[in-house]
Formats: sequence, structure tokens, C-alpha cells
Amino acid sequence: MNSSPPAIDVRGLRKSYGDKLVLDGIDLNVAEGTVFALLGPNGAGKTTVVQILSTLITADAGEILVAGHNLRQNPEGIRAAIGVTGQFSAVDGLLTGQENLIMMADLYHLGRAEGRRRAAELLEQFDLVEAGQKPAMTYSGGMKRRLDLAMTLVGRPRIIFLDEPTTGLDPRSRHSMWQLIRQLVAGGVTVLLTTQYLDEADQLADRIAVLDHGRLVAQGSPEQLKRLAPGGHIRLRFNAPEDFGLAVQALPAAARNDDALVLQVPNDGSVHSLRALLARIDDASLEVDELTIHTPDLDDVFLAVTGQPASTDTDEKVTSE
Amino acid sequence: MSTVSYPMADTATMLRRNLRHAQRYPGLSLGALGMPVIMLLLFGLVFGDTFSAGLGGGSIDGAAGLDYIDFLAPGILLMSIASGTMSPAVGAAMDMSEGIVARFRTMAIFRPAVLAGHVLGNVIVTIVSLALVIGFAMLLGFRPNASLGDWLLASGLLIALTFALTWFAIALGLKSKTVEGASNIVLPISLLLPFLSTTFIPLEAMPSGIRWFVEYQPFTVIIDTLRHLLLGMPMDSGNGWLATAWCIAIAVVGYFWAQQSYNKGTAA
Repeated sequence: MNSSPPAIDVRGLRKSYGDKLVLDGIDLNVAEGTVFALLGPNGAGKTTVVQILSTLITADAGEILVAGHNLRQNPEGIRAAIGVTGQFSAVDGLLTGQENLIMMADLYHLGRAEGRRRAAELLEQFDLVEAGQKPAMTYSGGMKRRLDLAMTLVGRPRIIFLDEPTTGLDPRSRHSMWQLIRQLVAGGVTVLLTTQYLDEADQLADRIAVLDHGRLVAQGSPEQLKRLAPGGHIRLRFNAPEDFGLAVQALPAAARNDDALVLQVPNDGSVHSLRALLARIDDASLEVDELTIHTPDLDDVFLAVTGQPASTDTDEKVTSE
Repeated sequence: MSTVSYPMADTATMLRRNLRHAQRYPGLSLGALGMPVIMLLLFGLVFGDTFSAGLGGGSIDGAAGLDYIDFLAPGILLMSIASGTMSPAVGAAMDMSEGIVARFRTMAIFRPAVLAGHVLGNVIVTIVSLALVIGFAMLLGFRPNASLGDWLLASGLLIALTFALTWFAIALGLKSKTVEGASNIVLPISLLLPFLSTTFIPLEAMPSGIRWFVEYQPFTVIIDTLRHLLLGMPMDSGNGWLATAWCIAIAVVGYFWAQQSYNKGTAA
């Protein structure tokens, strides 16, 4: 399918802290120029994977190739090829946005003139021109995150790791971050991101791996994963218990919730089957208060493969102590 | 892709970063000046005569006719260096508690550069504060009597001690998990060593228990060497070498300890 070597190739990655096993034999393969999402609840080990692949911490076992370099033999080669934006803001709050970018340019040895040019270009691209002269500690969460990503891009890395790039951002900043990630990939960069937001993985990723308790429980394209989920359903809510009672008799295949007066009728959401259902509702003269169509999404996948609903907790932290 | 290392350029970049911090937020760096200046005022002006009288009427350290301020000033210089170690220790701990060091560690930059930037930055800031303290001491009557060579040796010793203590303080700062912890963990250096030394009174005037500690701790021999250099008194060269050896030992231990803490757990 693709002849170029993978950007990231991981086999049998293991890591434990003391007697706590954090990663239990992970295999990953990320093709060049694609977005790979590592999806999982809090404490699944996502951050640990990123920290290991970005040379920040060592693995206990596993063969790891990033940008063609073996992690054990040549971490410096990997460092020269990657950019990392971690979960916690990695900007120097005492320096201005512009100074942060120029510092990065200096560390990439771009030269004075080119460094200034690149800094100006990124301030422009990330909508930070006005804020560029202010200390980064005065920035809002979204601005800090943008500066953080801009700093990662100064050296034009081929592979970018983004650890929960939108956690804690408001919806608008979140969408602009998605937009930026799409632009990066359009430019040929490989992105490995972690997220606990299923819609984020669905929106951005070419391939998704679901991580749970240090194991990969599913891996594939968003469409492949959605096929793992149980089918969709139509949710019917009733106002009156009498209507609910009639509906239960008319739709015997439905799952019932007597307290909420809700029925879940298995249905693939197609126009044809929807029309059939509506016809049965009409025939039985049911007074339906609310009808919602639920097509299988990654939430269902998550539930199906991990046995637990997707977490909405926002402050994931895999401690590295 | 070959990865060329740029030790000088990377260290210079980190030094610029730290100097910019110091320049923009001078509170922490120059705040360290507060204690030595207060001590100069307190002991030089307020207690000076009493101390001097109690110590045998201006005959200190075997040399007659010295003002107390001349006896005091060299120790106060070490106090400036010692209290100046707070800022790099806190700075290093702050770096570690934020994401910025994680970023640096995932980049192909010269490994020791991040900490070396803190150290060199603090050496420069400390040189400035030493100059200010010397000037202030002279306003209060400090009259050094040193040749150019003595001055150069004295400066070399002060800078060497600053370099050594800063590496050590950074190692301590990296050990502490929090910024508050870092400012506490350097207290033995920034308070204990300058006070339990011959800064204020000569060794002979101390009770025996404390005297034993004071006699063998590094500050005492360094203060003694400095005092002889700055006041142009004949010097026992053994003390000079011992002072130098202390600086080298503290620097080596501090450097390797700090690097080890910094690199702990990351890919080589």
C-alpha cells in the first residue's frame, strides 16, 4: 500500500513504574503524512506513549523506530526530526511570544535573520501578532496553546507529537486548533496525537488506536472502528405512562427504560427503516414526545471495546514518578 | 541525518534566556542583595565599634589597626554570593515544574546547556551585585589595600565560588519537587554557611562546639584567603590552595549531581 517506511514503528513497547504496569506491549505503526490518534480514558497510558516516543522517558522494552532512527541507539536523531507539544504548557512565561519563538529558532540554529523571519511568520499564522510583544504568562489558555504549537513548528519537524492538544480549550479555540492540525498534515507532516475526545479523533485521524489500561484494545480507521460498535437505534421519549405502555406493546423489540419513559428501538437510521418505524408509530396512534436518531459513533466503539463509557474528565495526568 | 552538536551556541541561547529573565524580573536576583547590605549596615555601622572593642580594640586576625568594616567586608561578599544562589535554584525548579524543560529535552540541543545557562546567568548577576556590595562597603569606610594581582586573584576566587555554589544550588533545586521547596533547600547554603563562619568574628572568639564547624567549613578558609588578599596582608599559600580546592570540589559535585538529576529517566 505504501512503499515509504513508516514515520513511527513500535513493537512490544512496555513500561512500568515500580510494580504498576503502564504500557503492556504496544504495537503501533504510523504511515508518513497521516494523522494517528491515540484514544483512551484517563490513566490509559497515552501520555506515557508520547513521552517515550519523543525520547523524554525511557521504555522498559520494545523496538521503537521514529523517523527511521532507533530510539535506543540514536535518540538525538529522533530529537532532530520531531516536534512535541505536551499536555502542559511548554512556553517560557517570562519571555514574550516573539522571544519564545526566536529562542526556538536559535536552538534550531536557523541564524539571526532567518530566525526573526520565521518567528514573524509563525506569529502571523497563529494569530499572535498583537500578543507577540507581551509576556507569554499573560496569554489566555488558547493563546498559550497556539504559541506552544508555533514553537514546536519553528524547526519544521517532520513528525509532530501532540498530547491532548485541545484539552481545556473553549470550542472556538478547539476548532481553530483542528484547523491548524489539518493544515500541518496537508503540508506533509506526520501527526501522532492523543485525545480523550472521540469526536476529535473522528474529525482528524486517519487511524485510531484505542488504549485502555496500557493495552491497545482496538485499532483501525474511524469507519472500521465504528463497525465494531453495536448498531444504531432510534430513541423515543414519551410524556404519559399510558403512551409508553402502548408503545412497549407495539414495539416489542425495543429496549425500555420505565423510569425515563424512553424506548430504544434498534434501527440503522436509513430513510427506509425510519419510514417503516414511523408507520408503526402512526398505526398504533402513539403520542411520541421526542424522537432522536442515534447512529453508531466512536462513543459506542469506546463502550464496546473498553466496557466503560468515554470519560469526560478533562485533567488526565499519568504521573511519571 | 547527522546531528551536529552546538555546545557554545546552545549555551549562549540559554544564557540569553536567563539574563532576560533577570533583566525583566530583577526582584529575585537583586533581592539577594538585601541581606548583605543590611548586614553591612547593621554590623558595620551599628555594632561595629562594640564588636571591634570586644575583639581587642581593632587588633583583628593578628593585624593591628584594622577597622571592623575591613574585617567584615570580605565575609559579606561571600554572603552576597550565598544568598544569590536562591535565584538559580528556584529558577531551575521552576523550569522543571513547567513544560519548558520537557520541550528542551525532546530537542537536539547540547544537554548541559539548559543548566549552564542558569549558572552563567547567575555568575553574571552575582558579579554585578558583588560590585554593588563592594561599592557600598567602601561608602561605609571599607578601605581595601590590594595590588592589582591581589584584586585579580580575589575576583577569580569570588567568581569560582559563585560558579561552584550555583551548580550545587541548582542540583538542590532540581532535587526539590516544588519551587517553595527549592527556596528552602538552599537555606543551609544561603544562611548557615555565611553566618557560621568568620564573617563577623574571628575563630578565637567562638565557643568550642561551633568553632569546630566554623574552622572546617569551606566559607571560613575562603573568607580568610579573601581577607588577606583584599587587605594586602601576607598570606599562607596553603589556605589559598585549600580555598581553590573547595571551589573545584563543590563545582564538580554540583555539576555532576545537577546533570544527573536533569537527565534522570530520559533517553541518553
